[in-house]
Amino acid sequence: MADQNLVENDEPLLVAESLSKSFGRIAACRDVSFSLYPGEVLAIVGESGSGKSTLLQMLSGQLAPGSGHVSYRMRDGVTRDLSTLGEAERRFLFRTDWGFVHQDPAQGLRMAVSAGANVGERLMAVGWNHYGRIRDTASDWLTRVEIDTARIDDAPRTYSGGMRQRLQIARNLVTEPRLVFMDEPTGGLDVSVQARLLDLLRSLVAELHLAVIIVTHDLAVARLLSHRVMVMKGGRVIETGLTDQVLDDPREPYTQLLVSSILPP
Amino acid sequence: MNAPAYNFAYLDEQTKRMIRRAILKAIAIPGYQVPFASREMPMPYGWGTGGVQVTAALLGPQDVLKVIDQGSDDTTNAISIRKFFAKTAGVATTTATDEATVIQTRHRIPEKALNENQVLVYQVPIPEPLRFLEPRETETRRMHALAEYGLMHVKLYEDIARFGHIATAYAYPVKVNARYVMDPSPTPKFDNPKMDNCPALQLFGAGREKRIYAIPPYTQVVSLDFEDHPFEPYRFNAPCALCGAENSYLDEIVTDDQGGRMFVCSDTDYCEGRQAAGHRGSLSAAPYKEKAQEASNG
Repeated sequence: MADQNLVENDEPLLVAESLSKSFGRIAACRDVSFSLYPGEVLAIVGESGSGKSTLLQMLSGQLAPGSGHVSYRMRDGVTRDLSTLGEAERRFLFRTDWGFVHQDPAQGLRMAVSAGANVGERLMAVGWNHYGRIRDTASDWLTRVEIDTARIDDAPRTYSGGMRQRLQIARNLVTEPRLVFMDEPTGGLDVSVQARLLDLLRSLVAELHLAVIIVTHDLAVARLLSHRVMVMKGGRVIETGLTDQVLDDPREPYTQLLVSSILPP
Repeated sequence: MNAPAYNFAYLDEQTKRMIRRAILKAIAIPGYQVPFASREMPMPYGWGTGGVQVTAALLGPQDVLKVIDQGSDDTTNAISIRKFFAKTAGVATTTATDEATVIQTRHRIPEKALNENQVLVYQVPIPEPLRFLEPRETETRRMHALAEYGLMHVKLYEDIARFGHIATAYAYPVKVNARYVMDPSPTPKFDNPKMDNCPALQLFGAGREKRIYAIPPYTQVVSLDFEDHPFEPYRFNAPCALCGAENSYLDEIVTDDQGGRMFVCSDTDYCEGRQAAGHRGSLSAAPYKEKAQEASNG
């Protein structure tokens, strides 16, 4: 068992090979390559318009790359090119082995149905057919993301911004995915709520051995959560490395600028 | 025919062919919503324009037509559609379920079991069972194509979370032939078991939404549910006040402003048939009174 785990952790979970995408004359993303290993947290940082979100959409199979490939090691251990997956397989992957946390919880949640149903939806989509078990699992997950289970039947409309974001995380993690994409998960939250959410994310990531690709413009988020950082500018990756290394000793002038523009605490 | 300006059964033959093609496709793929070029009919949307077009495409001169609205043969909608076809097609009409070859219905399935020589045509307001959960048509089509029906259970989950049981009482979603999830039109869920393995062909026409779908004879129709909250047909717990039936679907009729009410069969033909056979309910007129009235009149 231990041996097998070792082998599994040795092979990359997701590999991007020279991904490019242009919209008309604008090259949103140019020649991006990297590998992501199980349990690894990769932060993609850069200012608005640097191609972070385009890259995330290509990685998660929502946008076809202009050129290049994304391959993913499926649960059965076979690595497959995402572009060869049928739509049914891709959608299945998306709601079982992957998670996607949107910046705006309204995009990732069904605002009009209760929190319990929001968390349970993925389970029902993979064929769970027992109300009691679905509800127990949902309330268990609400506890894990620190939402009072008394509010399980309330719609997320009635939740605060921070609670919505935590609910979105629970909804994504309920099928025990191995890879979660996050697009500015702390954007639009006030500082104390951000801190709690980051704390929660950090413990969940460690506990569930999640691989995460997190897009953010907030270097503090990258420092707290990620093992590795990729800095993007004008569609290119200009610097990549271990988080401490990149943030404490930036090599590129642009990264130096980014790091120095954080206000001292 | 007393209205020679019309083609037989109102629609022209090319239109009927177009509708028949959609019907054939619908029968070939049970539960799948087939788009068709719905025509303007001489009645407003919501009054059964889809059902009327399907019926018009089906009718032949030998057919006997019955039209019911909420189970009743004598409400405005039922009478006007029956008259419409009596006038434009000159077909025989009836109110007796077992005499009819084509039955157009709004919101009910007759109590009497249907047979292989009959076609049941439903009027459908909203054919898409996922509509109120997913507003995008592109998305619902994709969900049907990939058989992604988890969302349907979200609706049932919400019911249980809110009311303690599945409170959906009509338009209760069903899975047809173990493939497509279908909206059985707003029939009460009491009628859902009648659709399963039914010998008659069942056709659904939605005029405004331009969709036709079908359940071929002897097709499996399963109402969706949870293991620990199984599907249960609902019925008022009372016998019919006119014919005493214990197993028919009942309408509640308010009789005064003191809280008085009576329950009667919604299927009027079934109820009248039972009364003619001598069954009596608690509120049916006593036979001696009728006789006394006849004597005084005659």
